[in-house]
Amino acid sequence: MTLHPLVSMILHRLALGLLTLFAISLFIFFAIELLPGDLAEEVLGQSATPETVEAFRRELGLDQPAMLRYFNWLGGVVRGDFGTSLANGRDIAELLAGRFANTLFLAIYAAAIAVPLSITLGLLAALYRGSWFDRAVNILTLTSISFPEYFVAYILLLYFSVTWGLFPSIADFGSDADLSTMLFRTFLPALTLVLVVTAHMMRMTRAAIINLLAQPYIEMARLKGASPVRVILRHALPNALAPIVNVVALNLAYLVTGVVIVEVVFVYPGLGQLMVDSVAKRDIPVVQACCLIFAGIYILLNLGADVLAIATNPRLMHRK
Amino acid sequence: MTLTHLDRRGFLRGTSAAALALGVAPRVFAQPAPQKGGHARIGHSGGATSDSIDPATYTGGPVVTAMLGGVCNNLVEIDENGAAKPELAEEITPSADAKTWTFKLRKVSFSNGKPLTAADVIASYNHHRGEETKSGAKELLKDVVDIRADGDHVVVFELGSGNADFPFVAADYHLLIMPADASGKLDWKSGIGTGGYTLEEHEPGVRIRLKRRDDYWKEGRAWFDEVTLLTINDPTARQNALVTGEVEIINGVPTKTVHMLKRRPGIETVEVTGSAHFPFPMHCDSAPFNDVNVRLALKHAINREEMVEKILRGHGTVGNDTPIGPAYRFYNAELEQRSYDPDKAKFHLKQAGMDALDVTLSASSAAFSGAVDAAVLFQESAAKAGIKVNVKNEPADGYWSNVWLKKPFCMSYWNGRPTEDWMFSMVYADGASWNESHWSNERFNALLKEARVELDDAKRAEMYGEMQQLCRDDGGSIIPMFSNFIDGKSERIQHGKLASNRFLDGWKAVERWWMV
Repeated sequence: MTLHPLVSMILHRLALGLLTLFAISLFIFFAIELLPGDLAEEVLGQSATPETVEAFRRELGLDQPAMLRYFNWLGGVVRGDFGTSLANGRDIAELLAGRFANTLFLAIYAAAIAVPLSITLGLLAALYRGSWFDRAVNILTLTSISFPEYFVAYILLLYFSVTWGLFPSIADFGSDADLSTMLFRTFLPALTLVLVVTAHMMRMTRAAIINLLAQPYIEMARLKGASPVRVILRHALPNALAPIVNVVALNLAYLVTGVVIVEVVFVYPGLGQLMVDSVAKRDIPVVQACCLIFAGIYILLNLGADVLAIATNPRLMHRK
Repeated sequence: MTLTHLDRRGFLRGTSAAALALGVAPRVFAQPAPQKGGHARIGHSGGATSDSIDPATYTGGPVVTAMLGGVCNNLVEIDENGAAKPELAEEITPSADAKTWTFKLRKVSFSNGKPLTAADVIASYNHHRGEETKSGAKELLKDVVDIRADGDHVVVFELGSGNADFPFVAADYHLLIMPADASGKLDWKSGIGTGGYTLEEHEPGVRIRLKRRDDYWKEGRAWFDEVTLLTINDPTARQNALVTGEVEIINGVPTKTVHMLKRRPGIETVEVTGSAHFPFPMHCDSAPFNDVNVRLALKHAINREEMVEKILRGHGTVGNDTPIGPAYRFYNAELEQRSYDPDKAKFHLKQAGMDALDVTLSASSAAFSGAVDAAVLFQESAAKAGIKVNVKNEPADGYWSNVWLKKPFCMSYWNGRPTEDWMFSMVYADGASWNESHWSNERFNALLKEARVELDDAKRAEMYGEMQQLCRDDGGSIIPMFSNFIDGKSERIQHGKLASNRFLDGWKAVERWWMV
């Protein structure tokens, strides 16, 4: 028997994904090895002496060769054990779980606003191409993407928090908050991210739709008397889905992996902050675990985008 | 906001009448009596996900503010006047040669009910001693030969050589007392101490939550019901948090914006002149810095006033090439203040047999914020004296392990230490691990040893006075300025006289401050 082509493709891609993860872990490990100094020196900082650094290394096994440490680590990961943080001995799986949930929450929050918003804006901009509306949307979204995200964040903070006092300036909602508190506290960081990612998705939607509007079959649809809205939603959009889905997937991945600056400005304990701290202290197992999660997110989102692109395209779905 | 204001005014009206009746100086009006209660939230810099409550790894940041000032006690604390005051010790007795120190312990309990004994103190100190330790306090205790218990409530320290300032050492932030486990090792993982608060939650690099203990042994301390320390490393975010009422207290207000913060109603800044300073160490054992005339030329080629004004924006004082500032007990106020003098710098160059000098200064923002700007200012002022200073911008990452102590001319930072002996032994003594200028002056080293065992204050003042002069005229570090510690707080937070050794009232705000 043969598997459905889509299923076999997914399996094939997952296997490749595992290989990618392995390559990434190897790359990250030795990249951090190349950085000057190690955990002992970074933690002790100005107060390091040769003996204390030595004792630190002995205790953590940092005096062993890098190759050996890498394979020890890999052996643990294969068994599902990410090990413990070198810096403070905490269980990494536990450490990551809370941070990852926070990151995911913020990403989903931002995506839930940004994706519908940008696709709607993109469709409307395509529908009213060249109008004042189209121009205004383009200018606004391009402006917001052109500023560095910390600038957008500071501007939002200045008005929404400091001047008007509508939203809190710190997004950390503590360890036991209900959903409405969480949504309220994280509104400003979510809004910052929405402003940063909307332009990309909106313009891709607009471009993909406009590209299709020049096709003969769209002209045919118009000639048969379909309304402009129906032409775009029923005839153009399904064929434009593949590029849109790809851009959406890229932006979702960005929302998970690229928001460290927003985390710092709004004091939000997410994965990005964790990874930056860990790189600064050369806490390799934590960096590795973060990287694996980030890489896994990219792989899965890209896979999802490809599957959707194939599933929505009969020509790819039923290839001879 | 208005409500608290009214409350406070009403309160003041009530207390001022009482104060007048008692004949108390008017200064006291602004300081209503401390009161219990409130949830203080502190926006704190210097936290990281890799933080640990293991005292061996302390370098400052929210963990130390919480543990030193809240959860635990030391044998000795530095009080607001900079004096060493017995804390968990009830009585401290030195031998005549200052080599044997006997600490009689107070009868108090840890927050889990276990009584404090000599074994806990010994475990707490041994955690920083011996082959296996990775503690930043190892250097500090290297002179301790033996620690032994004499019954359950007496601990005896034997030092290799006398040290009249040993009680100050016992106040160091690494040396807080935690319980020993069954095997006599320090049980730091428990996070238990004898302090006024218990550690409720520690999410490294995010937040620390403390709750007041009702059975705290110390009178007149630990006022807040609850304290939350939030790690906010971004200075702008920290100020925003204070301005928007997310936190009541922040540390490290940037000098750039302190005047704007002051203008904000309901917000006050707290500023003390401390002992934090920014040396530019030159290796005295490598050319051209091995010639004292070259060192003096460079010391005269720096414009100290300009540096205080531009780098610290006036929030600091000029330095005199000695690490001992006015905050110290034996500060030598008679030492003439060195000032910017290009002609003198040229004179010293000539003495060294040079017409011009070309040196490279390794600078990085890791040393202190504004370090690179300070280096560039130095470059400008030195150019007028015929000295070419090449500023090399070193990466901040790994600065302390790869540049500091390794490059012959770089930039450094010290928070200062409670005593002259400590500061000098740590950074200026011959053979000290952190002798950043590789300076070795025979007279200085002899005086250092002599002063350490001298119990007569007048004689010590004389010796430390001379050492400051040696440092200034022969030493390898240019010390252009001392900076102030600036914190911000809501007007609802009150405090007594502030300690000047560190920010947040000597890192003790959690225990000393209160809310009205």
